[in-house]
Amino acid sequence: MAANGLKRIAIEPVTRVEGHGKVSILIDDEGHVQQARLHIVEFRGFERFVQGRPYWEVPVLVQRLCGICPVSHHLAAAKAMDGIVGVDQLTPTAEKMRRLMHYGQTLQSHALHFFHLVSPDLLFGFDADPAIRNVIGVAKKFPDLAVQGVMLRKYGQEVIKATAGKKIHGTGAIPGGINKNLTIEERDAFLKDMDQMMEWSKGALKIAKDYTAEHLDDLKDFGSFDSNHLSLIREDGCMDLYHGNLRAIDAEGNKIFDQVDYNNYLDYIAEEVRSWSYMKFPFIKSIGHEDGWYRVGPLARVNTAEFIDTPLADEALKEFKALTDGKPNNITMAYHWARMIEMLHATEKIQILLNDPDLQSDDLVVTGERREEAVGLIEAPRGTLFHHYKVDENDQVVMANLIVSTTNNNEPMNRAVKKVAEDYLDGQEITEGLLNHIEVAIRAYDPCLSCATHAMGRMPLVVTLKDMHGNELDRKIKD
Amino acid sequence: MLLIGFGNPGRRDDGLGPALAEAVEKMNLPNLTVDADYQLNVEDAAVIAEHDVVVFADADAVGPEPYSFAAVTPKATLSFSSHSVEPEAVMALAYELFKADTQGYILGIRGYEFDQFDETLTDKAAGNLAAAIEFFVNLLRKSSFSEAATGAGTAELH
Repeated sequence: MAANGLKRIAIEPVTRVEGHGKVSILIDDEGHVQQARLHIVEFRGFERFVQGRPYWEVPVLVQRLCGICPVSHHLAAAKAMDGIVGVDQLTPTAEKMRRLMHYGQTLQSHALHFFHLVSPDLLFGFDADPAIRNVIGVAKKFPDLAVQGVMLRKYGQEVIKATAGKKIHGTGAIPGGINKNLTIEERDAFLKDMDQMMEWSKGALKIAKDYTAEHLDDLKDFGSFDSNHLSLIREDGCMDLYHGNLRAIDAEGNKIFDQVDYNNYLDYIAEEVRSWSYMKFPFIKSIGHEDGWYRVGPLARVNTAEFIDTPLADEALKEFKALTDGKPNNITMAYHWARMIEMLHATEKIQILLNDPDLQSDDLVVTGERREEAVGLIEAPRGTLFHHYKVDENDQVVMANLIVSTTNNNEPMNRAVKKVAEDYLDGQEITEGLLNHIEVAIRAYDPCLSCATHAMGRMPLVVTLKDMHGNELDRKIKD
Repeated sequence: MLLIGFGNPGRRDDGLGPALAEAVEKMNLPNLTVDADYQLNVEDAAVIAEHDVVVFADADAVGPEPYSFAAVTPKATLSFSSHSVEPEAVMALAYELFKADTQGYILGIRGYEFDQFDETLTDKAAGNLAAAIEFFVNLLRKSSFSEAATGAGTAELH
């Protein structure tokens, strides 16, 4: 119940299944925002689902967690299962095939996010009529751009299909390696379209960069705040989306910890439970839950990285860092620029890998001595993804703990929503402008509705305003 | 013709769409391309544009039993998340970007349980699936899509 004298505004995409998000804003009688919360119903029951299953099934099972990033779960689980089978180093072919899969996933996910979720906001403005501010609006006014988004996404999906197998039952990564290599025919088909993908990736980066530069005054404060940043990082400080050690920095760029073996993540990261949210709030132990929360994902990764090992993305990183004189960039809307730097990096990596003859080798799997416990981490498109398992002597999983990217970003997303609500709430009415701006802030993170099922019956966005007694004062429905 | 079954087989009846796709694919029916995925997405527009007819098979949480069959009207949508693209939006993209003249239909199979991690269908949903498969196969045989698109879970073609 709302505190005395306060009203609660709820912005709720009503679905009949869990996996939806809801925003509630608590205001006092003067209309000032006292509290804003983003509620995302985290998947529940997965631990029970996986318990008792043989460990080699896990990389396939975990794809059921998310219909949008099954590959990230597939790879994080496979990395953990490498540990379970006692493998610390894959064959070159296995690692490169997995990396190709991962960069394909990054490319398609980032392309989808930028071209089809965010570009309507950037091209038409946050306050544009929703009837125009959508992907069809983009298709009508900027058809070439919309086609590029579709075809980049399709290319990434084809890379995944060639490396992981079927969309629903991807089986490519297995404990200790990979189950197939890349044929010459597959390689040549991808190479044929590579130049086009590279040009489109460069073009998308330019759009994101130019937009940020041209609107910097408006964007600097939009849903923004100082934060810590966390990601995997290579031993030499290079961005690495597939593997590395953990690095955390503060808002000024000071290292909180660095080169931490992710198998020891529990020594550095803890999760706070709050009564109002199913989703936990991770934080850096040494700082504590009040100030130890952090951001993950593209913005965090470009902030923690010292350089990128592909030339075009590295040049873009230098430009990005120059904006803040080498200090971490804490502008929420800069996620989009960072995301396009990573998309270009993924495209460059795919090109390099396609020209690597190791992908045609048959040396696919290695074995080791069985272990009882292992952790797998990967930089999923939306951020750092933790998978942790224990397996008994009968090869059955007895414990699973996952921290998904959206959970890592839980506190920052709440802060972004509160900041926008404070800045755009006008009186005691839920205006179209407020709704639009909250959605824009949430889209910067693109929270993973990881347990979202997909079925007919989904309802539009519903907005309600309630008083302290639970009476509904206002209700808006947004198609 | 293209059949796209979508949904999450790990969430009980949400897997009705992929289950129908899997069953139909095993029949090796002529002139039919079968695809399955967790979600619809924008790239499906390019594939849809290559076909005369597309049928989206999806679980339906609220529709009539055992299934419904209706034409899809293209519609522009904007979500706060990239995790959901509706058939109407994919069709709109296919028309707009690829100048498709594809006819779109949705076969909604009634499901009941979506909130548990489990790879099995409920008994009632499994029964609805069997009826939907029979309907779809008859539909292909008669090629009378528009006549069948009543929007209700009727069985004219049984």
